[in-house]
Amino acid sequence: MNHLSPEIRARALEIVALYPDARSALVPLCHLAQEQDGWLRPEAMEEIAQIVGVTPAEVRGTASFYDMIHLEPVGKYVISICTNIACLLRGGEDLLNHAQSSLGIGVGATTSDGMVTLEEAECLADCGRAPCVQVNHRYVGSQTPESFDSLVEKLRTGELSDSIPPHGTLIRVRRNVGSR
Amino acid sequence: MPEETQTRNDSDHGESHGEGAPDPGEVTMTLDGRTISARRGEVVIKAAERAGTYIPRFCYHPRMKSVGVCRMCLVEVSGPRGSTLQPSCYVEVADGMEVSTKSEKVKKAQDGVLEFLLVNHPLDCPVCDKGGECPLQDQTLAYGPGESRFIEEKRHFEKPVVLSDLVLLDRERCIQCSRCTRFASEVAGEAQIDFAGRGEQVEVAAFPDTKFTSYFSGNTVQICPVGALTASPYRFSARPWDLDQVESTCTTCSVGCRVAVQSSLNRLTRILGIDSEPVNHGWLCDKGRFVFESVNGDEVSGGRYEGEVRETGSNLATRISEPLVKKDGTLVPVSWNEALRVAAKGLLKAKEAGGPEAIGVIGGARLTNESAYAWAKLAKGVIGTDSVDAQIGDGLSSELVLSLPRATIDEASNAEVVVTLCGDIREELPVLFLRLRESVVAHKTSLIEIAPCPTELTKFAEAFIAIRPGDAPAIAGALTRDGRLDAALSNHPEGAAASADALGIATRLLASTGTDKERGRGRRVVVVVGRQSMAEGSAPVEEAARILARELPEAKFLFALRRGNVFGAIDMGLAPGLLPGRVELDAGRRWFEAAWGAVPDRRGRDTTSMLMSLSGDESIEEGNEISPTRALLAIGADPLSDFPDRALAVAAIDRAEFVVAVTGHRGELASIADVVLPVAVSHERPGTTTNIEGRVTRLGHKVVAPGHAWPDWMIASELAGSLGGDLDVDSVEGIRNEIANLAPAYLGLSNEVMSSSWARDGVVVPIDVNDESVRSNRHEVLLVDPVALPGVDSVERQGAPPRVGSAGPPVAESEEPRRDARDPVEVPQIVGRDRRDNSSGVTGFQTPPADSYSLRLVAQRCLYDSSSAVASSPSLSTLVSFARVRANGYDLDRLGVKTGDLVKLRSARGSLVLEAHVDSQVPRGVAVVGFNLPLAASNGSNGSNGSGGAGGARDDEDGVINAVSMLIDASSVVNDVRMESL
Repeated sequence: MNHLSPEIRARALEIVALYPDARSALVPLCHLAQEQDGWLRPEAMEEIAQIVGVTPAEVRGTASFYDMIHLEPVGKYVISICTNIACLLRGGEDLLNHAQSSLGIGVGATTSDGMVTLEEAECLADCGRAPCVQVNHRYVGSQTPESFDSLVEKLRTGELSDSIPPHGTLIRVRRNVGSR
Repeated sequence: MPEETQTRNDSDHGESHGEGAPDPGEVTMTLDGRTISARRGEVVIKAAERAGTYIPRFCYHPRMKSVGVCRMCLVEVSGPRGSTLQPSCYVEVADGMEVSTKSEKVKKAQDGVLEFLLVNHPLDCPVCDKGGECPLQDQTLAYGPGESRFIEEKRHFEKPVVLSDLVLLDRERCIQCSRCTRFASEVAGEAQIDFAGRGEQVEVAAFPDTKFTSYFSGNTVQICPVGALTASPYRFSARPWDLDQVESTCTTCSVGCRVAVQSSLNRLTRILGIDSEPVNHGWLCDKGRFVFESVNGDEVSGGRYEGEVRETGSNLATRISEPLVKKDGTLVPVSWNEALRVAAKGLLKAKEAGGPEAIGVIGGARLTNESAYAWAKLAKGVIGTDSVDAQIGDGLSSELVLSLPRATIDEASNAEVVVTLCGDIREELPVLFLRLRESVVAHKTSLIEIAPCPTELTKFAEAFIAIRPGDAPAIAGALTRDGRLDAALSNHPEGAAASADALGIATRLLASTGTDKERGRGRRVVVVVGRQSMAEGSAPVEEAARILARELPEAKFLFALRRGNVFGAIDMGLAPGLLPGRVELDAGRRWFEAAWGAVPDRRGRDTTSMLMSLSGDESIEEGNEISPTRALLAIGADPLSDFPDRALAVAAIDRAEFVVAVTGHRGELASIADVVLPVAVSHERPGTTTNIEGRVTRLGHKVVAPGHAWPDWMIASELAGSLGGDLDVDSVEGIRNEIANLAPAYLGLSNEVMSSSWARDGVVVPIDVNDESVRSNRHEVLLVDPVALPGVDSVERQGAPPRVGSAGPPVAESEEPRRDARDPVEVPQIVGRDRRDNSSGVTGFQTPPADSYSLRLVAQRCLYDSSSAVASSPSLSTLVSFARVRANGYDLDRLGVKTGDLVKLRSARGSLVLEAHVDSQVPRGVAVVGFNLPLAASNGSNGSNGSGGAGGARDDEDGVINAVSMLIDASSVVNDVRMESL
């Protein structure tokens, strides 16, 4: 029984076909599996291993290298707050502290309703709008403690669901670079 | 002396060592100001090592690909752009290269690398198992900065991570050299462990909820350059400096890997692999590495790591230490004198009643060559019976094994094509699997696999031909003669089309071997022949081997017989119709009569025939001149658990008039025999052993046998005395010299030769004096690299090379063979010397047709089975799985059976309830069950109507450890079973 859905699996096989060595498709397939489940489940790793011809331990070894691949369940929205130098000077750390207290969770944890996971991030390359915040790897601009709370509220009510898809979705428009 | 004309080295391969002549592949370079020559393509670290300069290293291992990750081997290389630091394990030598290994720059780099490595290393050497033999410790002392600037808190992890029942990981000690992960993927071919995480959180990890179950996992412990990986049997049990070491050969299977056997306080603590170029390349399987526990005789209970510190000294929970004699139905300890007297009396009684042939001898594959010779001399010379068989109905005809040209492991791994017509090599001969896998993966060798179900080698095979038991001769015929392709395949389990492709590829592959210049059918082809199933008689594969030998006259063969020294036992005459030194009874009669006084008149029975005769089966006596077997001598063998047909073995032992068990371990037979004689087992006695290639190597003597156990040869000698004869042997060395003077294939293999450095990696018999390498004593001087094989502190100190064959065959000029000088007898001919004999014996074998309701039973050997060695090793006994049946979904669907359901297998012999597993890789019409595996207790009762008639209290299934043997009829070529859903 396959863990990946037929559509996801079909796309996985398309991606594998793009590379001379199936193993090269390992990371894209991890993203695909994450798109289905929101995080990379062990069952998905086993299936990816079988598709690209490596062992599950090797899939986990590779996947665990990357911060954007989650080996533990995460909330529907992963909020990343940067605390590197530019954001620090513009209140990034205060924002992170506020986020922890207002969400009631520590860094790396998920709210009990399963909606929000909080992450402390290294430079997100948007220093011009420090302190920089991303939700599911999408920029949401400079935030103050007050705007952060309303952002979370909007996420919870689904007001932003059009612009920010659930965690794991990298792109909603399929590109066909390289494939036919 | 006979003319030594064996053409063992007639092929052009396997020759890579340079000789005196200048090699075009050589380059000249400067190393620390010296001019040295190096081989083109080799890395600097290796060239330097051969030139005598040791460069420190952690990740580099001579048997694995370089990765250059640890940076310890940085050297300064001068180039056009000035000198740079480069990893010497990764940079290839070049002409004119200037390398400095001791410059200030290099020293500073080494200081830095070690200081960084130690930042995250706990420095818990006083409590670390590796302390005292640790490459990190040693190289820090030799090359390190002396002190650290790191004053912060060290990392802490939960200790230990249980990677498997055998391998434990202490993550904080790991220096990320990747030796273990590379071994797992590159050498063992199953990357069950890999690095996970990033930065300082990197750790070696198995996939969640799975274990590092590789059969070769113990090698990662040995090659770990720090104490991160430890083996549960050794963990906290000894300090390296307290260990005493002797070099030996592993006799767990017939590959014969070289090992270092280490002990402390007369207790074996550890076995390490030694790098033997022609055999094991330093690797061992886990069974060979950990089965030493059975020698210590500890009680078996769970065996998993629980943080316990093991006791010292020998325990006797699973060992037998005193002679036992049955009195009033129970075995009681007695003196050796009494035991030998009772044994002799019982044997003489049988001899009086039915002549010498009434005594049968089973077993001997666990003995040393010297002990095997002594037992052969006792059985054939003193008692006078030829019913002697070291194989327990689970091997191949000894004559076939001796008559076909034998390949070496090197020849197999350098062959153009390897054909495997045997069981799963990884289960039976694990290190041979590593050697074959290595060369197949490297595309040095093409593999044709003929097997009843796929193995670990299948994915590398050029052609995989699925066969049902009994089909081997037809496939062998089709493989070598294009014309018969269709006829052979019409009855194929997967239909003619499915395997026609594979057969076509295989046929073309075989036809294209050899170059145009040296075309020859079968040139550089090696065929591995063995029993594919214990439920199939030996006739089909033997016939197939003969067909392949006839059609591919230049092919060579390896015989996948598994038991430790089965080849030595056959060579020493522990087989019907054979005498020591690979001589047939009639050919060697005069020679051995002169030396021994007498040899049996006619060929005796093999194990199956002996057991059938003991059980009173009339059919075996028909047309048989030999009188029925009445008494049984079992030397290190237990037909009750080892013989494929349980019902027959039970009936035979029940009806036997007298049974003597010579064994070191408790077991089923030893609990019911009339006399039990305790023996010294592996590592408790010196000697030599002969491996699958015919390579004779030394066995080390490390610990003292418990209680009153004796070495086998001594028991044979004393028993001969009690029987009124005299073996005239008084020491292992004496027997070895007697073999060297008497046994034709072993001529010249004297004590002097065997204890010389020349014989370190063993000597393939018969010695070919025309072989240049034999005459010149040429062999690579082995460097024991303490970082490649930590823990192996030195190789055996040995004497000067012997004078081998400078003028004639290498016969030590010791005493002349004891034979009548007035009647000079020609040395008898060795079996198989004449290649034209090969085709003889092709019998036109016909496989019984299968009916469409039955499945053909395949009983496959498994590495961890219920054998007494595994059962009495606490760490291995937990790894034995329960018997289950695997079959194709096509066959199971017809019964509506899914994976996990219980099914009943019914054969003419009995029935068995097993869990079914759907396996699409098993061909249709075949049911695969592991041999010598126990029944799961949950399977409930299952009547075995076959053994019911045999009587006795032993056929209740509770104690049955070899479940499938209850279904097998050993007298039948193939065994069919009906499967019923429950």
